[in-house]
Amino acid sequence: MNSTALLSAAKDGILTGSVYALMATGLTLIFGVMDIINVAQGILVILGAYLSYALQVHWHIDLFIGLLITIPAMFVVGIVIERLFLGRLKGPEKTAMSILVTYAVSLLIEGALNMIFSVNDVQLQGWYVNRAFAIGSVHFGYIYVAGFVLAVGLLSSLYFMLYRTRFGVSVRASLADQTSAALVGIDVKRVSTICFGIGVAVTAAGGMIYGATNSFNASTSYDLISRLLTIIVLGGMGSLGGAMLAGVGMVFIGDMVGVIWSPIWSSMSYFVVLAVVLLFRPQGLFGKQAVRVA
Amino acid sequence: MFEKKNLWWLLGAAVLAVFPLIVTNPADTSIAVFTLLFMACATSWNMFSGYSGYIALGSSVFYGCGAYTMALVSIHAHMAPGAAMFWLVPLAGLVAMLVALPIGWMALRVRRHTFVVITIAIFFIFQLAAINFNFTGGTSGLALPFIQWGFSYYNVPFYYVALGLVIFITFVSAGVRRSRFGLQLLAIRDDEDRALGLGVKVTAVKIAGFTMSAFTIGMAGAVYAMFVGQIYPQFVFDPVFDISVALMAFLGGLGTLAGPLLGALILESSQQYLTVSFSNGSLYLILFGSLFLIVIMFMPRGIVPFFTDRTKRSAALKVAEANNQLAGAGAGSAQS
Repeated sequence: MNSTALLSAAKDGILTGSVYALMATGLTLIFGVMDIINVAQGILVILGAYLSYALQVHWHIDLFIGLLITIPAMFVVGIVIERLFLGRLKGPEKTAMSILVTYAVSLLIEGALNMIFSVNDVQLQGWYVNRAFAIGSVHFGYIYVAGFVLAVGLLSSLYFMLYRTRFGVSVRASLADQTSAALVGIDVKRVSTICFGIGVAVTAAGGMIYGATNSFNASTSYDLISRLLTIIVLGGMGSLGGAMLAGVGMVFIGDMVGVIWSPIWSSMSYFVVLAVVLLFRPQGLFGKQAVRVA
Repeated sequence: MFEKKNLWWLLGAAVLAVFPLIVTNPADTSIAVFTLLFMACATSWNMFSGYSGYIALGSSVFYGCGAYTMALVSIHAHMAPGAAMFWLVPLAGLVAMLVALPIGWMALRVRRHTFVVITIAIFFIFQLAAINFNFTGGTSGLALPFIQWGFSYYNVPFYYVALGLVIFITFVSAGVRRSRFGLQLLAIRDDEDRALGLGVKVTAVKIAGFTMSAFTIGMAGAVYAMFVGQIYPQFVFDPVFDISVALMAFLGGLGTLAGPLLGALILESSQQYLTVSFSNGSLYLILFGSLFLIVIMFMPRGIVPFFTDRTKRSAALKVAEANNQLAGAGAGSAQS
């Protein structure tokens, strides 16, 4: 092992981690505003990747230009799922029910994707996918850098929307306390629907980058959702900043373990880190202490 | 003393007891063995998650530990293949409890929503460990001592052992529900802070419940390992198992006694049937997902509460009508 390997693992961690951070932010936003754990986030990422794939194969649309179509498309998918199924859930078991409902939705999507695209692995292609440039002895893949820029760009615009617009104020109010938000005249239901749409829309970008850097099929979603869930728990459920930091941190640690020890333990290291952190901070790194609601 | 309700339970037990005498086709009895194992697991899961409201989605950790205990001990002790291996089943349950104790200690420090996700994470730790360690045989799995019972007879001992597990866990679960301990679990579900305020040692009660529920799931895993004869990490540590067990309890009615039994009976047998009739895996996923959504949307509280609520409501209506008539008669007589 040498310093170059470590340096390149660190670089991978930050570049890939930002994409995970983007996908996890969608998940934590949905949980924070709606108390819904969207287990379908993994398959929605894959759906986003397949949309890019379809555009590329059938209409020869470039991956990044294709995002102009896939992001709004995934936003609509999110709104439809919320309107059809999730909006009706209520009562004390809402969160548990939401896991089952979104799991059922993910089974449906998985079955449909298997039928349309078959179970063979595919990977997104483009002239930039397999090229790299070097700074010193560290190589930077174009697609990883582009993914990093895209993730940072989308996360910043999400931040801008949340902290600088009127709608963002409503979202943050709903994150803090839904009842009070409703009392000051915020249409929490509408905010929820739009947040779910946004949370799902980011999977289009995340899925495109994921699909260009990994080969995937519908069952890849299980691996993805387990990582995303770990990230949002580590960051503290409902905390946007926590999700971003944990996303980068987890991939970084995984890559480091892969270089120092062995790649077979790198994905396990996520879960071990999670277990250790939770021993000392049960609410996650940036989570709020659970407070009595009723 | 002998209520109508108990009669239904006895009838169910009797039907299950004679089932393999009537249906002898091995393909059908093997579906029945799997269904019984799931009935035991769902009831055991419900005994903690249903009563306490802490939804655990990592039950296959215990199932897998039970299965690996059975496999490793029977292989390394060079056991003669045969019925003697059934003695390992309770041991597998104890190992599952030993595994559950530290997990519960760690995972039950957080509130409900986070607990769900942590159990999923712990599940993945175990699955990855089983794939990567050497003593588990990795992805090629472990082959148990080969049991040479006749093809037509093979399923029957497993059927009755599995039925024994179902009866055992049903009695335990019913006993827990009536006990002080069960009431404490229910109090935690309804309002954990108030239960704490009233002197319930919530953490100890939760950990005890969690560990107890691991016992039967571990035993079921051991029976499964013996039944199929060869185990693989991706099948004993299976995310679909985690979700299925929870789903069966939800389908039947969370926190009820008959609910998980009914849910597992319906779901596992129909799932096996669908797999057999639609060899196309994706179509099966779509059908299963839609069925699942329809049930959750129309019977959000499960089958058992759906029907008991109805009978209760109609009984309440009758009482109300009778009261109205009485009141009307009373008012009439007062006027006259």
